[in-house]
Amino acid sequence: MNTLNKLAAASVAGVIALSSAGWAEMVAPADVAFDEDGAVAMSLTGKAGDAAMGAKIAGSKKIGNCVACHQIGALADIPFQGEIGPALDGAADRWSEAELRGILANSKMTFEGTMMPAYYKVDGFLRPGNGYTGKAAGGPLDPLLSGEQIEDVIAFLSTLKDE
Amino acid sequence: MNIKAMTAVAVVLLAPTFAYADADDDTMVLNEDISMVTKTAAPAHLSDALDEVMSGWHFRSDETQAMQLDDFDNPGMIFVEKGMETWAKVDGSEGKSCQSCHDDIDSMAGVKATYPKWNEAAGEVRTLQMQMNDCRENQMGAKAWGYDKGAAINMEAALSSVSRGMPVNVATDGPAQSTWEMGKELYYARTGQLELSCANCHEDSYGLMIRADHLSQGQINGFPTYRLKNAKLNGVHSRFKGCVRDTRAETYKPGSKEFVALEMYVASRGNGLSVEGPSVRN
Ligand code: HEC
Ligand code: HEC
Repeated sequence: MNTLNKLAAASVAGVIALSSAGWAEMVAPADVAFDEDGAVAMSLTGKAGDAAMGAKIAGSKKIGNCVACHQIGALADIPFQGEIGPALDGAADRWSEAELRGILANSKMTFEGTMMPAYYKVDGFLRPGNGYTGKAAGGPLDPLLSGEQIEDVIAFLSTLKDE
Repeated sequence: MNIKAMTAVAVVLLAPTFAYADADDDTMVLNEDISMVTKTAAPAHLSDALDEVMSGWHFRSDETQAMQLDDFDNPGMIFVEKGMETWAKVDGSEGKSCQSCHDDIDSMAGVKATYPKWNEAAGEVRTLQMQMNDCRENQMGAKAWGYDKGAAINMEAALSSVSRGMPVNVATDGPAQSTWEMGKELYYARTGQLELSCANCHEDSYGLMIRADHLSQGQINGFPTYRLKNAKLNGVHSRFKGCVRDTRAETYKPGSKEFVALEMYVASRGNGLSVEGPSVRN
């Protein structure tokens, strides 16, 4: 299929998904369009995320676990924040929403070779496992976060401004 | 509370994290007698990546560190004693113990420091556990011990304990080189859905906190390690397995050729550090 056809098919699929269930994700991991700097302009769900939910996802060990590597002053009640990546305070002053989306979907498109995992990617892994069981993945992988969760985290990060 | 006040609280809460972020400068003297090398110049093969290699001991709390300084406080020594009893115990169809062929276990001083190593007759790189099992099966007529299982770990700890203070000295050249290269490749391979390599955590990020964990260089001169977390001795391959699992990857098995190669490579990254096993970790 050439690129134009692919795009047309994807957008048709998107429209169908949207009409059959309003909350369905419009952009599948394989269809995320990164620009040359790694930013992603279009919302993955076609709507804005929920910042309060995003804060929960970023701080939860079981979900986003961003604090494993980043300190986030706004989440000061969460103990043991890591220091592998930069503190995220003021992230919204440094990055646009599209840039944040790109960093979350696949940070390697913004920071070459970065240690930060790609949260919206489902293939191209070496020995992918079944979660944290140590066993081989049983079938197709889910992304680390859903499109909706990513939009929520972006909404939260967009509140992190240094006055 | 306004935003400014909240930020001030955050800074206070996070302050202790920074305070102990780096490797400390403590010195290790074992049983008030043996001066241990816990930091030294990186071996030549590693000089592009690291200036200095450091024992994981430097990254642990003062309380955990102290437990390793005296054999009476080191819970790992109970397992060493069990291993030493087994050393002298006859097992298998040939009516022999380890001691029948090797004399006192003290005669093994220095052996642990050179493993994994090439075995010419077998034409393979062997870990200490593989060598132990070869003796059991082919000299004693006894059953092989399960890899990283209690009996094997106890004996590995006993053999390590009599080498404490001697420098790790794993050969990386000659016929072992291809195994070593394979281990190196595994060390830098970014595995699992998190796409993390050993090097991401233990070469690029040691000294930093990853959530509640203070990352060390992931050296294995202290193995087997007694971990407070599970209150037993832990083998090298079991630790590797846990770390690989944490990248959301399919792990290799303890005793697999991949982990043998990885052990050889990681051991050689600690060349020059003192043998410390059994060490104490959290
Ligand atoms: C395993 C470590 C790790 C995890 C987990 C992680 N990150 Fe990152 N992140 C990094 C690193 C390292 C960088 C710096 C980029 C580079 O490599 O130069 C970074 C950079 C960023 C940046 C740009 C920072 C700036 O202000 O300059 C943002 C925003 C970000 N991460 C958000 C997140 C969010 C949100 C999550 C969770 C959903 C997350 N990260 C999870 C390691 C991580
Ligand atoms: C996501 C981060 C991460 C990755 C990737 C990782 N480790 Fe670890 N590793 C840790 C943490 C956390 C600890 C516990 C703290 C410490 O000792 O560094 C640890 C501990 C260790 C230890 C124990 C060190 C001691 O002094 O007792 C060894 C050995 C080790 N890792 C080797 C490896 C190897 C080999 C790999 C690759 C196959 C690897 N690790 C990959 C996070 C990681």
